[in-house]
Amino acid sequence: MTEFLDALMQHAFLRHALIGGLLASLGCGVIGSYVVVRRIGFLAGGIAHSVLGGMGAALYFGFDPIIAAFVTAIVAALIIGLVTLHGREKEDTLIAALWAAGMAIGIIFLSLTPGYNTELMSYLFGNILMVSRRELWLMGMMDVMILGLVGLFYKQFLAVSFDEEFAHLRGVPVTLFYLLLLVLVALTVVLLIQVVGLILVIALLTIPAAIAGHYMRTLAGMMAVGALLGMLFSSGGLLLAWQPDLPPGPVIILLAAVSYIVSLLARRLRR
Amino acid sequence: MTPSPAIELKHVSFHYGNVKALENVSLTVARGEFIGVVGPNAGGKSTLLKIILGLLKPASGEVRVLGLPPEQGRKRIGYVPQYPRFARDFPITVEQLVLTARLGQTRWWGGYSRRDHDLAHEALRRTETFALRKRRLDTLSGGQLQRVLLSRALACEPQILILDEPTANIDQRVETEIFDLLKKLNSEMTIVVVSHDIAFISYYVSRVACLNRTLMCHDTAHIDGNLLDQLYGTHVHAVEHRHD
Repeated sequence: MTEFLDALMQHAFLRHALIGGLLASLGCGVIGSYVVVRRIGFLAGGIAHSVLGGMGAALYFGFDPIIAAFVTAIVAALIIGLVTLHGREKEDTLIAALWAAGMAIGIIFLSLTPGYNTELMSYLFGNILMVSRRELWLMGMMDVMILGLVGLFYKQFLAVSFDEEFAHLRGVPVTLFYLLLLVLVALTVVLLIQVVGLILVIALLTIPAAIAGHYMRTLAGMMAVGALLGMLFSSGGLLLAWQPDLPPGPVIILLAAVSYIVSLLARRLRR
Repeated sequence: MTPSPAIELKHVSFHYGNVKALENVSLTVARGEFIGVVGPNAGGKSTLLKIILGLLKPASGEVRVLGLPPEQGRKRIGYVPQYPRFARDFPITVEQLVLTARLGQTRWWGGYSRRDHDLAHEALRRTETFALRKRRLDTLSGGQLQRVLLSRALACEPQILILDEPTANIDQRVETEIFDLLKKLNSEMTIVVVSHDIAFISYYVSRVACLNRTLMCHDTAHIDGNLLDQLYGTHVHAVEHRHD
């Protein structure tokens, strides 16, 4: 612990990693709660994996990968949302296709880009120790946007997530809010990719909110506790990974998964 | 000028693909009526409600709610659905659930106003569920949930209340309590209730509309074995019921 604190004082990259984890946790608690109650974890996974296509293409053509990730994630979210809303294709089939196609595009571009194959591992499993100051600012801006929109439209998002038909009857533009929610999921996914990589994103998007859901009566409570748990897991995972020099992303996820199982068992025992 | 009727359907037909659900249905519900819609399963009862609510567009015919097209008139409808589409384990309290009724009539940003809370609380008191307001949804019994959904409909400040099988999954005693409450509410608003239990509701309603794809509308006094045979196609025991 003290060694970790010393290292934190010494190394800017470690401080960046810690701040990055905390910033990502805000989005993960708030949007993760919607993902859990609306049961769209698979959809979030599809968005996350399709992002590799954008990142691979960006590296090949020399664009900024994180901007490409945001754009790809939003486009994937809107494709899934619009196509399923119009009932042209089954949602899970479409998500699975987008999931795999995105990865295929990404791998092809990465293989065409000389010397960049090491990037693949950090996209897949995250490399929080490489987060730059600029990326932190970008993450912070995304948090402000997510919290701002959810704060403004909390009651509409709640009504649409809870009972879409009733919300529609009360004059809420249900389609608009559903698509907006998917865009927010896309933004959060990219935030979390910075921390744990695109394969492990779904875990951080669902586990903290799901644990919070075991104990909280309201969605807002679930969001707050989910965000706190996300902070606990990302900071704790970073700490645990430091001494034995393990990759932080997977350690964060394992910490979250073990906590989830403990919470499930505790709930079982209380009944 | 006489006020327009609460609900007016003229020659309404609807089909799902090739399957006819409603055929040439004309029905006028006057303001202040308490009308029961009965009929066999798949007889078009829920379809009729969805058309009144503007959730489905009729293939032909005309629909008016309080003299307006359904999309506008439905703001004044409080709707209690048959199978709520929500997950019972959703993290929401009774009070928050009832407050969602205020959407569309309150400010678009931020939380609900003082007045929204007052209206939600009043609706909860009327259904005797005010004490449950801080409870999470999944701690309620079936009867309590039905009362809470009725509160949500009342918090819309409705002129028309529409209920789709409001007592399908609850016991007889609670069923009687809920219909006694509806009878009281009827002094302030038009009520349309869908049920498969013609004997039970005919005690409460002022008129019954019998729906089996097409409409056979009658006063409760005329319900007899003959009509029930026509409606359900098989022999059904007519149950004695009295009228006020």
